[in-house]
Amino acid sequence: MMSTETVSNEAIQQAKEQLDAHVREIVQWHFSPETGSPFWLDWAEKAGWNPAQEIESFDDIIARFPHFQDEWLRDLQPDVWVPQAFKGQPFNVFETGGTTGMPKQRIGWTDYKVDYSEFSEKISDDHFPRNHYWLMMGPTGPRRLRLAIEHLANVRGCSCYFIDLDPRFVKKLIADKKFDVARSYMDHVIDQAVTILKHRKVSGVFTTPKLLEALSEKIDLWEAGIRGVFCGGTTMDPQYTRFLLEEVLENRIGFYPTYGNTLMGLAASVPVTREDNFSITYYAPQPRAVLRVVDAEKTDEVKEYDEWGRVELTTLTKEFFMPRFLERDEALRREPRAPYAWDGVAQVRPFGAMEKKIVEGVY
Amino acid sequence: MSSIPHIPCLRKGAPYESLDQIEIKGYSDGQTLASVSTVNGGIIRRDLRRIDQGKAALRKFTVDQLIDISAKAGEVFLNGSLPLGDKGHTQSPEDYISTLSATSGLPHVMVKRNMDKIHHALTHMRTVLTGLTRGLDFSILDKGYGAQFGTRISYYSTAKALGLVMPSNSPAVNSLWLPAIPLKTPVIIKPGREEPWTPYRLIQSFIAAGCPAEAFGFYPTDHEGAGVILESCGRALIFGDQNTTAQYANNPGIQIHGPGFSKILVGDDQIEHWPDFIDLMAASISENGGRSCINASAVVVPKYGKEIADALAKKLGPYKPTRPDDQGARLSGFANPKMAEYIDGAIAQDLKEPGAEDVTAHYREGSRKLEFEGGTYLCPTIVHCDSIAHPLANREFLCPYASVVEVPQAEMLEKIGPSLVVSAITKDPEFTEMLLDSDLIERLNLGAIPTMKISWDQPHEGNMFEFLYKRRSIEREE
Repeated sequence: MMSTETVSNEAIQQAKEQLDAHVREIVQWHFSPETGSPFWLDWAEKAGWNPAQEIESFDDIIARFPHFQDEWLRDLQPDVWVPQAFKGQPFNVFETGGTTGMPKQRIGWTDYKVDYSEFSEKISDDHFPRNHYWLMMGPTGPRRLRLAIEHLANVRGCSCYFIDLDPRFVKKLIADKKFDVARSYMDHVIDQAVTILKHRKVSGVFTTPKLLEALSEKIDLWEAGIRGVFCGGTTMDPQYTRFLLEEVLENRIGFYPTYGNTLMGLAASVPVTREDNFSITYYAPQPRAVLRVVDAEKTDEVKEYDEWGRVELTTLTKEFFMPRFLERDEALRREPRAPYAWDGVAQVRPFGAMEKKIVEGVY
Repeated sequence: MSSIPHIPCLRKGAPYESLDQIEIKGYSDGQTLASVSTVNGGIIRRDLRRIDQGKAALRKFTVDQLIDISAKAGEVFLNGSLPLGDKGHTQSPEDYISTLSATSGLPHVMVKRNMDKIHHALTHMRTVLTGLTRGLDFSILDKGYGAQFGTRISYYSTAKALGLVMPSNSPAVNSLWLPAIPLKTPVIIKPGREEPWTPYRLIQSFIAAGCPAEAFGFYPTDHEGAGVILESCGRALIFGDQNTTAQYANNPGIQIHGPGFSKILVGDDQIEHWPDFIDLMAASISENGGRSCINASAVVVPKYGKEIADALAKKLGPYKPTRPDDQGARLSGFANPKMAEYIDGAIAQDLKEPGAEDVTAHYREGSRKLEFEGGTYLCPTIVHCDSIAHPLANREFLCPYASVVEVPQAEMLEKIGPSLVVSAITKDPEFTEMLLDSDLIERLNLGAIPTMKISWDQPHEGNMFEFLYKRRSIEREE
């Protein structure tokens, strides 16, 4: 059981009311002909009920909407997701991480800026000094993350260097058991980062856990000027988190694990501590997104606190409405913890990780 | 104090309790006997960067001093009570025997025999090193150079540490790495999943005897961690089957210890006396539960194959599982019942191929695979093959198993394939010369000598000194 910083019942109730109000606004937006998207207007017509009139709260979303189907993001042209209010405004097309075949695509305009501007307020100036450079080493390409990190650097008054890593290629290499090539590709990525760190002044890094570990074996991160690391993308179990904090970052470089993807944005974590046994708990950027830990067999039911279940995501912005999407992840449900007055998800790992080996790649 | 011992990783000798732990359970009753910390490859890689400190700690001693420490360690290993983990538990020799038996399936009597072998190796380290170095003056290793045999000699160390990826099935294999310590080379050990006991007890024995703790790394880890150990130490040993070890076959820094395919050959000149050798053959096949790479897995004879197979089957077939503490125990249980199932299935499958007969079936009560008091056992199996080309003729299994096959003496050496130990029962000078000339045999016993007999002053599986040191030419101004 994790120690928790108490969140008052009033704060929890206030957050719930704020979420319900936000739900009403967003559902109204997406299911009104003046503002809504072709997909959802068409969906409501076929469903035979009008969410704009009948959805009053987040609980109503759970009760009335089925799980969002990821095929919709693969099979349909992106135009169907354009809300009427955004019509004519060019959009970004973002794709999900390491999937092979036709990827899921989400369109957007400024959501990522909102998410990362908010996140900027959660990181310390000591670890990520303002007006100082960042390095992103990880999946760029068609992912939202690339623009998001650049925006994060920009809102903090600085700029970012980029080293790309193609996770789809890595997954393919591992699935084909081409471990030598995968290793060589990872070395290629790391070598580029080392070159940047040797020749440019950088204090903040975004990367994935495995790349961070590999980078630290090639260069002394502290001596290279790194003071903060923002990390995400793959599983970090408690022992691995401890390894990163104690051995890789030597307990002196700031560590900010996040859980996120193209469909949600990013969920920040509360500070990782020894007292919590290095268990990382993430909190969704509510009310714009809501994470629940549900029973994998009976997905209407939320698991008890500190129990494992499947992660369900609901995204609620004017750009994108996605109710009850079942992520391919599982997590422990955690209690609210200051400053977050809603449930968290902890120790996120691929769904079914205990039963079968999941290819997450070297990245 | 927790009732269950916790075995930590040892990072340069210092205990490290990981958040990732596995439980080691008794093979027959499922009782948890210890929790063991496991770490990822990244931790090992980091520690190996500082392994020079371990080496420096050993360099403060002379080889002679480390030989004395080894002898003391041998006594402590055999007779002492030693720390077991980091929660205040201790382990007596009796505890060691019973816990290792409970997790490995080896009966007490076999564990004790393995313990004695290790004790012997430690207490006879001078003899071992003399054999490995062919009588080198050890002070030459202390100074790095010197003169002996009328010439200048210098040796340098080839590795920052000796990496070890250990098995779970036979504790005596730990004796292979023991010379590394007096040869001033730290050891980095990944223990077998079910067998942390022996390497941990050996490390504690060395430390209790005065060896610097920094010389020891003990890392229960995963496949990635094993890879780090094998690739990063400079020199390493891996134990495993051909599937596990094949990828390292061409790496001179990695010594592979896989199946031995050890054999007994009988020459034309001795075959008429075959009944005299049945006890020797049976012992070579079945001692240590048939688990060693030096157990005979084939008996190759010029004639009387059926009769010899029948005599061996008659002797070994009635062997039955016993309680682990039975002094007459001859069979080992399987810590992993699936392994027994796999072996039993593999033998049964290949018996369907014409030309082979399980002769022990006539003398065995019940099936080859048996359950006894919650444990799984495989009974001895002697298969008569009518050709050495039969799939069962040159196989090795983790149980008392051997084929008996007829091959004309003149064709034996071209057909037996690589063999760790060959006991050749012959006095024929011509055949002896052919055997001595063969590059397929690692250890050759000439005469009626069991394959299980080993000599500590003669390495039968690679020379640890030649693995850890290289000679250089040297000139020094006087």
